[in-house]
Amino acid sequence: MPDHAKPTMPGLELRALTCRFGATVAVDALDLDIPAGQMLGVIGRSGAGKSTLLRMINRLQQPTAGLIRFGDTEVTALRGKALRDWRTECAMIFQQFHLVPRLDVLTNALIGRLNHRGTLSSLFGLFTEAERAMAIRALDRFGLAETALQRAGTLSGGQQQRVAICRALLQEPRILLADEPIASLDPHNARLVMDALRRVNREDGLTVLCNLHHLDTARAYCDRIVALAAGRIVFDGSARDLTAQRVFEIYGVTEDEFHEQPTLVAA
Amino acid sequence: MDVPVTMVEASFRRQRHSRRIAMLSGGAVLLLCMVVAGRVSEAYPLALLAGMPRIGDYFEKLVPHLGWSTLFAGTHTDGSLAYWMYRADSWLWLLFETSQMAALATLAGAALAFLLCFPAAANLAPNRKIHFAFRRGLELFRTVPDIVYALILVWTFGIGPLAGILAIALHTVGALGKLFAEVVENADMRPWEGVIASGGNWFQAVRFSILPQVLPNFLSYALIRFEINVRGATVIGFVGAGGIGQELYTVISFNYYQEIGAILVLIVLAVSVIDVASEALRTRAIGAVLR
Ligand SMILES: Nc1ncnc2c1ncn2[C@@H]1O[C@H](COP(=O)(O)OP(=O)(O)OP(=O)(O)O)[C@@H](O)[C@H]1O
Ligand SMILES: [Mg+2]
Repeated sequence: MPDHAKPTMPGLELRALTCRFGATVAVDALDLDIPAGQMLGVIGRSGAGKSTLLRMINRLQQPTAGLIRFGDTEVTALRGKALRDWRTECAMIFQQFHLVPRLDVLTNALIGRLNHRGTLSSLFGLFTEAERAMAIRALDRFGLAETALQRAGTLSGGQQQRVAICRALLQEPRILLADEPIASLDPHNARLVMDALRRVNREDGLTVLCNLHHLDTARAYCDRIVALAAGRIVFDGSARDLTAQRVFEIYGVTEDEFHEQPTLVAA
Repeated sequence: MDVPVTMVEASFRRQRHSRRIAMLSGGAVLLLCMVVAGRVSEAYPLALLAGMPRIGDYFEKLVPHLGWSTLFAGTHTDGSLAYWMYRADSWLWLLFETSQMAALATLAGAALAFLLCFPAAANLAPNRKIHFAFRRGLELFRTVPDIVYALILVWTFGIGPLAGILAIALHTVGALGKLFAEVVENADMRPWEGVIASGGNWFQAVRFSILPQVLPNFLSYALIRFEINVRGATVIGFVGAGGIGQELYTVISFNYYQEIGAILVLIVLAVSVIDVASEALRTRAIGAVLR
């Protein structure tokens, strides 16, 4: 269904969304409404359930209970082709990029087109000239056109993450899920990637959900911040409301202490 | 005294002690297994010693009668190379036939193994049942030796290379399929997740995230298998499945010692040529795939 046929862009609704791993409750009966076009930052310390939350929305992780709804679509019930269509609509960006290092940058971006094509033609790598043009334009937009024919594994981390954003955009999605997209990047590259995400949100009108473990990044880039602890929402508000005082009240630690742990885990 | 030194030294000694005990008992178990295996299979050292001289005798008979003065004389002079290799032309042709059998069988077997290895890999199989079924299927192909397939197929298709090719191909499917599946299981799954998360289906994810990682290894294994299959194709000729093996079997059963020696020398030469050539091909092709 073409999206301009819909009068209003639907938002994302999560109802009592739960995910258990054995005895661990990673996400605990979470209720959340995310209106279309919002840039939402999800914060929380290591193990709070941020990744599990995003992976459930993309359905890489099967929820134990609860509902995910997008407009009239009940995402939690999708299977087969309908599920792949949903995944195409909500593109995912990973901390470790998840590119194919041995394929060139152009082909990596074109992976975003796979679900728009027949299996057979895509298996032979037969992308159309129009699709290649689309990919090159996306790469050019984030300053990567010259690297198009290089193997993705030879790029810097920041470049690879921007390739991943291009792959996501080629899906022509409505939602972008980013799981700690800058956690393995240096400050300069982190800024480039966050700027790219904000452009996608502002210029392309995509809803962006972004897991972040640095509070200042969340404050600088996000319209709204949701804080998780043990799979539950412990804060939901604007960047202005998330003061150092609030952080201490919520987590019982200062902001510096809040930041310490994930850096260790990421290594 | 240096407290940490004495403490670490003490636990080091304790560890070394238990490692030594583990090694000794491991060795004892291994020795016991060897004795039992030797008993059961009646591989007695005395029989080995008694048979030794006869091995020497046999090989002595294979040594060609070559004389320095007559070495380069014509086909009709005993003691010349040409006399020894008087049928080199047909033997070389048979050897070529054998290597072509091996090549065709390796290609066919590798193609089928390629199709079967992905569902046989634990990380890609859609569910445990499919993984289990494909793994057992590959085992079935593999556990039957190619010579047994050849015996059956010679009976079905008659004497000739076709039976040999099919026999080797069938065994190759199982052998390569298992190796391929293990290569796939060692692949990095992050690219896979990237393709699945963007809406790609199983086939597309295999093609775009796994294939680029595993192809160089597949090629390596297929070429090694080709070398093995050249030897296999020789032996398979013994049961009437064509090639140099059939000829070798004939001269062995008629005790034509000079011919046996000549053919064995040609086989060794051919196999080393193939070894060298496929090694060169492998490094080149892997270089091309990796770019
Ligand atoms: N596949 C899994 N199997 C078992 N337990 C899991 C799995 N994935 C996550 N968990 C557990 O669920 C909880 C939440 O994990 P999650 O990865 O969602 O946290 P996170 O907020 O993303 O943390 P981080 O900042 O370290 O990435 C943790 O206790 C984790 O150990
Ligand atoms: Mg995480």
